[in-house]
Amino acid sequence: MSQLAPPPDAAVPTNGHLGPPGPDTPAVAAPILPTRDRAPVMSTGPAAASVDARDPVIRIEGLSFYYGTFRAVKDVSIEFEPNRITALIGPSGCGKSTLLRTINRMNDLIPGARVDGKVHYHGHDLYAKDVDPVEVRRRIGMVFQKPNPFPKSIYDNIAFGPRINGMKGNMDEIVESSLRRAALWDDVKDKLNQSGLALSGGQQQRLCIARAIATSPDVILMDEPCSALDPRSTLQIEELMLELKERYTIVIVTHNMQQAARASDHTVFMNMADDRAGYVVEEGATLDIFTNPRNQLTEDYVSGRFG
Amino acid sequence: MTTVARSAQAAGASVQDGLSRRRRDVPGTLFLILLLGSLLFSLAILFILLADVLTKASPVFAERGADFLTAPLSSNPSKAGVGQGIIGTAILGVIVALTAFPFGIATATYLEEYARDSRLTRFIQVNIRNLAGVPSVVYGLLGLSVFVALFESLGLGNGRNVLAGGATLAVLVLPIVIITSIEALRAVPNSIREAGYGVGASRWEVTRHLVLPAAAPGVLTGTVLALSRALGETAPLVLAGAVLGSFSADVSKVLTGSYTALPAIVYDWSRKPQDAFRADAAAAIVVLLAITLLANAIAIYLRNRYERTS
Repeated sequence: MSQLAPPPDAAVPTNGHLGPPGPDTPAVAAPILPTRDRAPVMSTGPAAASVDARDPVIRIEGLSFYYGTFRAVKDVSIEFEPNRITALIGPSGCGKSTLLRTINRMNDLIPGARVDGKVHYHGHDLYAKDVDPVEVRRRIGMVFQKPNPFPKSIYDNIAFGPRINGMKGNMDEIVESSLRRAALWDDVKDKLNQSGLALSGGQQQRLCIARAIATSPDVILMDEPCSALDPRSTLQIEELMLELKERYTIVIVTHNMQQAARASDHTVFMNMADDRAGYVVEEGATLDIFTNPRNQLTEDYVSGRFG
Repeated sequence: MTTVARSAQAAGASVQDGLSRRRRDVPGTLFLILLLGSLLFSLAILFILLADVLTKASPVFAERGADFLTAPLSSNPSKAGVGQGIIGTAILGVIVALTAFPFGIATATYLEEYARDSRLTRFIQVNIRNLAGVPSVVYGLLGLSVFVALFESLGLGNGRNVLAGGATLAVLVLPIVIITSIEALRAVPNSIREAGYGVGASRWEVTRHLVLPAAAPGVLTGTVLALSRALGETAPLVLAGAVLGSFSADVSKVLTGSYTALPAIVYDWSRKPQDAFRADAAAAIVVLLAITLLANAIAIYLRNRYERTS
């Protein structure tokens, strides 16, 4: 386990501002760290990261999102760099979750939803006509607000994704390595056939993280993953995120300021405009956002004066 | 004793009074009596019905035992049995299970999992609900004018056969199967679907591997209850040709020849002039009730087993 919450910028020093990475920033995140667990089966996600670690994994360009005629998110452009944890913060209803769900096309399932603008994944437009949303979701995994294991055994919870995606390899090993990476293996190795619903809330959420990892994605989206958990389980999930970012790019929506400050490298602050559409107010290195915000709204929000 | 202590004591006493004083809740008590009364009334009616049928039927079972269950139809009340009726009801049950269940569950799955929530689908759902309330004799007319005519034109006997009866009953319970299946599918939490899509499952995979198994206990209960209802229906069967006809001895003509079923036998026997047939009818009712109870018991057993394994 890594130590608790190192200062956010200690993990990945960056120049603090997103946008085209300056030539002065060394490729800090570049080395794809050998994992401490032996996980021979899974071809790791961040293959593309080895090409150039500074290339954003996800690049959102001029994105607006509509539920019917209501514009929920307007004109958002941000980039998510590999092996970093980016936190989306902002008051309720500002479109954080909506924005998160456009990244793996979960919003496709909502009738009347429409996307304007582009979401690039390793340079490929995710909303291009020939893109299969099912494939998108295998590569961009998701962890939900409320732990939602399948009503199946712990083993089958993990194996479901790899199975339907026709992944080759020894399923037992995939299950074990996924559970190990989610720091759950030792808790459940003797009861893999028990129902996933029999676990505690924190364990269930780690099971959901293991499930998301099992299809070998390289991006993990987390939609307020700790809001239904007690502080101790929350801390465990945060520690886990810090381990996971060695392999994955993580985007997390959170209402918890401390969580964003503790666990993220980069923070995007969103707010609701007068027409109730969400927009990005400010983004930057987490330390900058919390200690030296440029925008007054950001300062008010992170200091707890509104929201 | 100081005055302070005394007043404290007095206050304590009044608290004691207040706590132990029961408020007289007259309407609440009356309501409770009304509820209990309704329960007892329903139970009493059910009990009287059962007792009446059982007392009338018991001499038949005492005298003839298993012979009554296997004996063929006869105009002699002491020789007539429900063997043909049991066969007919069993065949009808199989036909309903093989047709109404798959069509009903498939329809419900489409409406709930695939169809967009549009004005059209809502209109269809309202109509299915209304169909569930249509009197069964209307379905009998449908059976007569559609299925009997259809099977006759196909050359399956004169069309008044067990296939026509089964098809009529299947259509009769189809709306019930659809509605209960829709309710069962709706009860599956959306978070399960999201979790499935989240790991890259297609709609088919989510439906097949996650939603349907989770809904299965509810679907199962609803469908078997619908089956019980179908097996007890008389009017549509009579219209669709289930008079007292014995099944053909020739196995190839069982499905296309004349037929009967337990409710039709009860109906026929209770109209016969001989009093002895009244006892036979009561005994046939007991057999029908036993079959329905058995179906329900199977449903409960299957549901419990499914809930344990999933």
